[in-house]
Amino acid sequence: MRTSIIISACLLVAVLINMPPQFSIAGRKFYRPSINLNLLGKPFVRDLNFKLGLDLQGGTHLVYEADTSKIPDADKPQAVLATKDNIERRINSLGVSEPLIQVANTVNQFRLIIELPGVSDVTEAINTIGQTAQLEFRLPTSASPSSILDFAPTDLTGKDLRIAQVQFDGGNQVGGNPSIGLEFTSEGGEKFAKITRENTGKQLAIFLDGMPLTAPVINQEITDGKAVITGNFALEEAKRLTIQLNAGALPVPIKIIEQRTIGASLGNESISKSLFAGIIGYLVILLFMVFNYGFKGVLANVALTIYILLSLSIFKLIPVTLTLAGIAGFILSVGMAVDANILIFERIKEEIRWGRPKRAAMELGFHRAWTSVRDSNVSSLITAGILFWFGTGSVRGFALTLIVGILVSLFTSIIITRNLVRAFYSK
Amino acid sequence: MNHFPFMKYKWLYFGFSTLIVIPGIISLIMFGLRLSIDFTGGTLLEIQTKSPAQPAQIIELAKAQQIEIFSVQPSPDNIYLLRSKSITQEQSNLLKTELGKNYGEVVEKRFETVGPTIGAELTQKSFLAVIVASVFIIIYLAWSFKSVPAPYTSWKFGASAVLALLHDVIVVVGIFSLFGHFFKVEIDALFITALLTIIGFSVHDTIVVFDRVRENLPKMPKHTFEEIVDFSITETLNRSLNTSMTVVLTLTSLLLFGGETIRWFVVALLIGIVSGTYSSIFNASPILVLWENKHR
Repeated sequence: MRTSIIISACLLVAVLINMPPQFSIAGRKFYRPSINLNLLGKPFVRDLNFKLGLDLQGGTHLVYEADTSKIPDADKPQAVLATKDNIERRINSLGVSEPLIQVANTVNQFRLIIELPGVSDVTEAINTIGQTAQLEFRLPTSASPSSILDFAPTDLTGKDLRIAQVQFDGGNQVGGNPSIGLEFTSEGGEKFAKITRENTGKQLAIFLDGMPLTAPVINQEITDGKAVITGNFALEEAKRLTIQLNAGALPVPIKIIEQRTIGASLGNESISKSLFAGIIGYLVILLFMVFNYGFKGVLANVALTIYILLSLSIFKLIPVTLTLAGIAGFILSVGMAVDANILIFERIKEEIRWGRPKRAAMELGFHRAWTSVRDSNVSSLITAGILFWFGTGSVRGFALTLIVGILVSLFTSIIITRNLVRAFYSK
Repeated sequence: MNHFPFMKYKWLYFGFSTLIVIPGIISLIMFGLRLSIDFTGGTLLEIQTKSPAQPAQIIELAKAQQIEIFSVQPSPDNIYLLRSKSITQEQSNLLKTELGKNYGEVVEKRFETVGPTIGAELTQKSFLAVIVASVFIIIYLAWSFKSVPAPYTSWKFGASAVLALLHDVIVVVGIFSLFGHFFKVEIDALFITALLTIIGFSVHDTIVVFDRVRENLPKMPKHTFEEIVDFSITETLNRSLNTSMTVVLTLTSLLLFGGETIRWFVVALLIGIVSGTYSSIFNASPILVLWENKHR
């Protein structure tokens, strides 16, 4: 009884998730719900649309290699953060919806993996991403500056800044107020000394790519090339500001080492073809199971249908990015999902042949087929896990759909089928 | 007990497997594998032109732009697949402009460029993945078959399964070497994905048979190991065939209706799964029999 309630609940949720976004029955409009939760302080928001990979919706996949060889080891983490931030800002300026930016560290270099769905002008995107950040120190042109236009550039730029770091008041103790320490190069220190000497009391605004970051007031002349920006910074704010300053101070040359651009038309065609192939495959499996196992086959088919609904729901909830290979993997898994049922039903046939009463044979079938079901699924999980570790993008999508498929099929083909078989054969 | 004496003909099965494997191995030695840019690095550019173009002419036009094109593969509807050394988006734009002057508007359908380091990494990772997968499967099966009664050894079950699995890998790689030579089929990252999936699936059927052997061993103390294996195969033949059949059915549907892009991926899976079913019955089991009988 309890299991059937759980199963019905799962099924209801799966059906809700897989509904079309909106549809109407008898003149009344229905909308698919969406998820907007706050789990333990983390937002969990899903619009319950399938997330399509670049090969299906078109777009470009870029892998950049960053050359950090000219940056001292101690400053590398800051440089990496700053580069990523810089690229993120540039991509946002492109107005791409749902871009993906990942840092992948290998042994002694780091890479940035960028996915830009639906970008029409790849050349423009590449040019924008490839620009380095321009950090400028600007002085006010009027006594009381009222807009960013009232500041004029000085000869002090990001090149003169060696590094920016978060500091804390009263030595380096965490707990004091965070401030930002700037360290200039020797040449930069001289320029900075001159500026601070001549402009004490004025604001020295810092601009990144033409946008103001902060505009502290010069308190006194600074000759040692080390300045501190104080203010009521929250720690996050201070960190953010240093990252942006470092984008100008620690420019890292980046180079494209992999690019894949796929037109959207190719993707649409692929989706409809795969969908058709999937439906045919599903129907053939339904027939195969009924032909071989009769009414039990019908029950396995019910479980298979639930399998498809549940898996698709999980793809939407995680969310799994569906690629062409991933969809192929899922269609393949539809064929594999009934395997456990075949093993169990064959075992039931055997138990009956060996003279067991029908009902005992059913229970034994589920029980005794378990070791072979477990072992074969674990071996598939091992290879899918390795695929997930080994692959990027498309291969990962395939591995993930396979892993989800194996786990869900264990649930549907054993627990759901067993309950269905019990319900129909217990009388 | 009624059963078919499968193990009596074990040398016949080995012979058949050799017959399948040999041409592939010869092809591997003579032609090697036709590797895609995923492994070698380089650029793949798929374009569609307004009016038909001559491949030789495209190569000439590219040469003027200092782009060395290895091959141009024409498809219907004026679609051309160009392969070249690694070029940048900018170079590709120049080429498209140049081609546009001759053949009307040029639409870029796909542009893929892979640097040599990424390619080398993939090669390394692929080998590693196949080896790691095999080792993990041996370990898991040895653990899972630990209840096999003495004098039989559980790791021989695992190792026999993996030998059969390597057979499947060699069959698929060999056939794709031939495909590469005769149909210009390329080995890409998806092919490695197919191989690993095959590895996972290949042991399915082997496990079904071995699981039954394990169950029958204590039940049939008066029979020889060979007879027990024969009997176990006979008992499980139906389910081995049926579980493979369902996968073959969905794959065939994908092959027939699933479109061009994943066609060879599906072919690789199909060959692997058929080979996997064959090898679990006709390779894994005889190897286990030979091995376990060696000391008796």
